[in-house]
Amino acid sequence: MDALTAHLSVLGHGLVTTVQLTVVTTIGAMLLGIVVATLRISPVPLLRTIGTLYVEVLQNLPLLALLVLFVFALPQIGIQFPLFTSAAIVIAAYQGAYLAEAIRAGINTVGKGQAEAARAIGLTFSQSLRYVILPQGLRAVIQPIGNICIALLMNTSLAAAVGVVELTQAANNVNLVEAQPILIFTGAGLAYMLLALIIGQFTGLLERRLAIVR
Amino acid sequence: MNQTQQILFDEPGPRARRRIRIATVIGAVALVGALVAAVQQFASHGELAWSRWEPFTTWPIWRYLLNGLWATLKAAAATAVLSGVFGLLLALGRLSTNRLLRWLAGGYVEIFRTVPALLLIYVTLFALPAYGLNFPLFWKLVVPLVVSNSAAFAEIFRAGIQALDRGQTEAGLAVGLRRGQVLRLVVLPQALLQLAPSLVSQLVGLLKDTSLGFVVSYTELLYSGQVLSTYTHLLIQTFLVVSLIYLAVNASLSKFARILQARNGRLTGRGGVPAGPDTPADPASPSPEGSIAR
Repeated sequence: MDALTAHLSVLGHGLVTTVQLTVVTTIGAMLLGIVVATLRISPVPLLRTIGTLYVEVLQNLPLLALLVLFVFALPQIGIQFPLFTSAAIVIAAYQGAYLAEAIRAGINTVGKGQAEAARAIGLTFSQSLRYVILPQGLRAVIQPIGNICIALLMNTSLAAAVGVVELTQAANNVNLVEAQPILIFTGAGLAYMLLALIIGQFTGLLERRLAIVR
Repeated sequence: MNQTQQILFDEPGPRARRRIRIATVIGAVALVGALVAAVQQFASHGELAWSRWEPFTTWPIWRYLLNGLWATLKAAAATAVLSGVFGLLLALGRLSTNRLLRWLAGGYVEIFRTVPALLLIYVTLFALPAYGLNFPLFWKLVVPLVVSNSAAFAEIFRAGIQALDRGQTEAGLAVGLRRGQVLRLVVLPQALLQLAPSLVSQLVGLLKDTSLGFVVSYTELLYSGQVLSTYTHLLIQTFLVVSLIYLAVNASLSKFARILQARNGRLTGRGGVPAGPDTPADPASPSPEGSIAR
């Protein structure tokens, strides 16, 4: 137990970084997801193609390859951000593709009549999206979005591979000093499970509050 | 174009057509602008020079990268087979009538679904050797991936088995088959056929996971790229080429999953329209993408 308490500040700092990275990235990915999902259902063929390409490329590349490309290779052409920012941008871009697909699935569950009614009363494309389609579509996919957020939480650990000291890396660093791997890694694992549980509970709550009972 | 995407707009009239043209032009300008900016950024740092791309037209470099790809595929295949088997066993355990078995399998799945694979890799890299368990490099990558992916596979299998009509099991039992026989002869053949697309798209995720070989320093594709770039100092070129290889392999796998999905849609006759991943998420039949979030 001493190994954990003696390094509580390091582990705590790692935990805070993981939480920060998760929150920032979730918000970014959510916004990006809505934009890309909108592109994919827009009436403009070119925009649809761009949306489809984005999702195809980002879903078929390993997150770690993207992180390595962004953090190690892009400085070569003069594009460099602080490490945390880089990791946040890449993870948000990656999970944004998954969120876009989930949101699009939600939009597809909205009845055709809703969209037709919105058009019939004279709403434009963006108005019917904002006031009619998205509010209903998003509610239908709260659970899948929650699952993606949990995947996002687990994926923030990959930032460790490019040098961000988040929970996984902090656990590893403490282990190198203390050499009590079982205790330390179990502790870190429990922390991840706890965070995932919180996300799960939160989405469960949201779903009960917001779900439309048809 | 897919029909489901059309719900938000009618056949465009003259004004809508003009607006679509304007949006197309704006989109095209933005796209070209981004491309020009990227090319300029490359050019101003001298990364466009032919000497910096020329190595990627030579066979030795490609042989090295393709060896990396081969190692990636080997690791992915080993992980897929092992976690497929363990996943199926876990799913059956979770659905078994034995309470202890159900709890054990359920506990395993719930735990390893929420622990990052990288943490498990650190365990095999730094924790297990201290207890005398030092795997060869290949297994240092594959074992943790199997541990986490079998939990994902278990959930896919469970969803597929549960989605199957209960009547199938009941009919099997009614004609006098034992539980094991019902499972083997009636339930699994149907469930596996339904699950084929989800399983293939799980393969994409698994193949992406093998890039963690980068951390283990197992020379799969991504780590090969890293090694190559330390010799050639062609960082951005190498990682762009590596990304393109990943993209080619995974996009073909995803395409294959979509074809399987469309075929399944036809086989079960749901709707008659080829059910691509564009169809609304039907909770009963997991779509190739949505089933397990990555």
